[in-house]
Amino acid sequence: MATVVMTSLDAKSRAASRGMSDISIRNLFIIPTILFLIVFNIFPLIYSLGYSFTDFRASSNARANFVGLQNYRELLNDTFIWSNFAITAKYVIVSVTGQVIVGFGTAMLLNRDIPLKGLLTTLLLLPMMLSMAVVGLFWKLLYDPSFGIINYALGLGSFEWLSNPDMALYAVAITDIWMWSPFVMLLSLAGLSAVPKHLYEAAAIDRAGPFYTFFRITLPLVAPILMIAIIFRTMEAFKTFDLAYILTSQPTTEVISIRLYKMAFQEWQTGRSCALAYIVLIMVLAITNIYVKYLNKVKER
Amino acid sequence: MAAVQTRSERALNRVAIAAVLVITLIFLAPIYWITSTAFKPRNLATTIPPTVLFEPEISPFVKLFTKRSQLRGAPTPEEYAAAPWWERMVFDGGEKIVRSGRGEIQPSGYPNRFMNSLIVAITSTVLAVGMGTFTAYGFSRFKVKGEADLLFFILSTRMLPPVVVAIPMFLMYRVVGLNDTHWGLIILYTAFNLSFSVWLMKGFIDEIPKEYEEAALVDGYTRMQAFFKIVIPEAATGIAATAVFCFITAWNEYAFALIMTNRRAQTAPPFIPSQVGSGLPDWTVIAAGTFLFLLPVAIFTFLLRNHLLRGMSFGAIRK
Repeated sequence: MATVVMTSLDAKSRAASRGMSDISIRNLFIIPTILFLIVFNIFPLIYSLGYSFTDFRASSNARANFVGLQNYRELLNDTFIWSNFAITAKYVIVSVTGQVIVGFGTAMLLNRDIPLKGLLTTLLLLPMMLSMAVVGLFWKLLYDPSFGIINYALGLGSFEWLSNPDMALYAVAITDIWMWSPFVMLLSLAGLSAVPKHLYEAAAIDRAGPFYTFFRITLPLVAPILMIAIIFRTMEAFKTFDLAYILTSQPTTEVISIRLYKMAFQEWQTGRSCALAYIVLIMVLAITNIYVKYLNKVKER
Repeated sequence: MAAVQTRSERALNRVAIAAVLVITLIFLAPIYWITSTAFKPRNLATTIPPTVLFEPEISPFVKLFTKRSQLRGAPTPEEYAAAPWWERMVFDGGEKIVRSGRGEIQPSGYPNRFMNSLIVAITSTVLAVGMGTFTAYGFSRFKVKGEADLLFFILSTRMLPPVVVAIPMFLMYRVVGLNDTHWGLIILYTAFNLSFSVWLMKGFIDEIPKEYEEAALVDGYTRMQAFFKIVIPEAATGIAATAVFCFITAWNEYAFALIMTNRRAQTAPPFIPSQVGSGLPDWTVIAAGTFLFLLPVAIFTFLLRNHLLRGMSFGAIRK
């Protein structure tokens, strides 16, 4: 009886009746991953949401007291925290702008008939494959005021990059631009190579100038993918920790992740730092949402 | 770009080539500088003007791998003559190699941290890519309710700043005793890389025609056999590319390693900066440690350059 039924079915369910069913294979393949991510990503966040309403300190054995919204209220009224956010915003703007200019510019150059294009692109990728902490460390050597190669190459004498409070944030941003411009370049190259050639030919027949061609053809068609690069880099720059932490210890470079780290693991204000983590989290989500809306607008055009 | 180039276009192209070459050189200069510093004698590392031509030495690497202490005074001529060549190089730096009671040379902390990095990065890569491949196949071949939402959930786990996740993880790990253990870091890095691995592998598996497995099912394979014998070999290059991405992320990670480990399981990224110290750092030794640490990633980048280009833009565009 069973064999008769089997031959009348399609190949998939015949195979399924020999081994596990497709549904159990699907569940076996997907459910462990989902559970793993819930346990190690979502559960910790719920756990810390609980702590964010307490005065818990992980360094002492004292019991955590429920303090309600006090942590949040104090943090939002703390001018130092807002200055940390302002520093972060400044850092994000400087470094992402720099990366877009350098990365997109390099992509425009590479989008011509360049010999060894593949090799050059690979070589340019190297910085973004490296560890930010270790990169920060060796840029410290490059920035050194008395024997650093940067001051020597630019003829700056003993210019202070990292110990000068006004300059330190830009120094960190320059290193970040060095590391991540290749990423913007890579995405821009993908976008540029997707622009149909006949549009340029039509523009050439119409005797359109290079500016007209750039602003009316190249830029609008590359905009969506460039926007993705900007979203990515903004999110990453907002999260910056390693690079700034290793390179300098100026109060003017204390981005929000460093503040958070210090609050949690040096001052041991665990409950408060959990609350700050939530404020940061909400900001990340808000920024993402604004960007995604803007991205959809760019795509519609 | 046009088939027939005018003279001005050719001139423009030459300018572009020159500009690209200059940009590439500027981008590679810091990496060249750290590499060359790793082979310099100590006294040439911090000279002005910077030393470009020098006789390469391996003394920074000898110092990197051995435990050293400062000499009280200069070594006596007898001491100097009796020492093997590698110890002489260290004497020249005003330091001596520390020995155990049996006269064995004591290794520095670096080999240990490097091994920790290897253990943690390789294990977490295998786990993330393994789980990611299964899950990607599940999403690619079967109907899943709320597939888009689940995939977005998987991706969203990567948007969080590491420090935000690190605080509760630190507290949880303290309760279960996973702080400062290899498994603690392995689990974190696996969770971190899993989202990326699922997304990238789904792209690769989507491109393998379903007909291949259906043909195998007709030939009497079970679904599992078809997956292991048909899909996995077809997806091999994709798996390799994903593995390199996961390896590089785990290899380079700093924030979790700084917070979750301190002695036993510490990896190289928090260890190398901690060696700078407060006095006059020996930059040649730091450069040697950095150079060795960057080497695996540089080799991978070069070997897998074509996959990297694809995987990079691919992953980013899908996201």
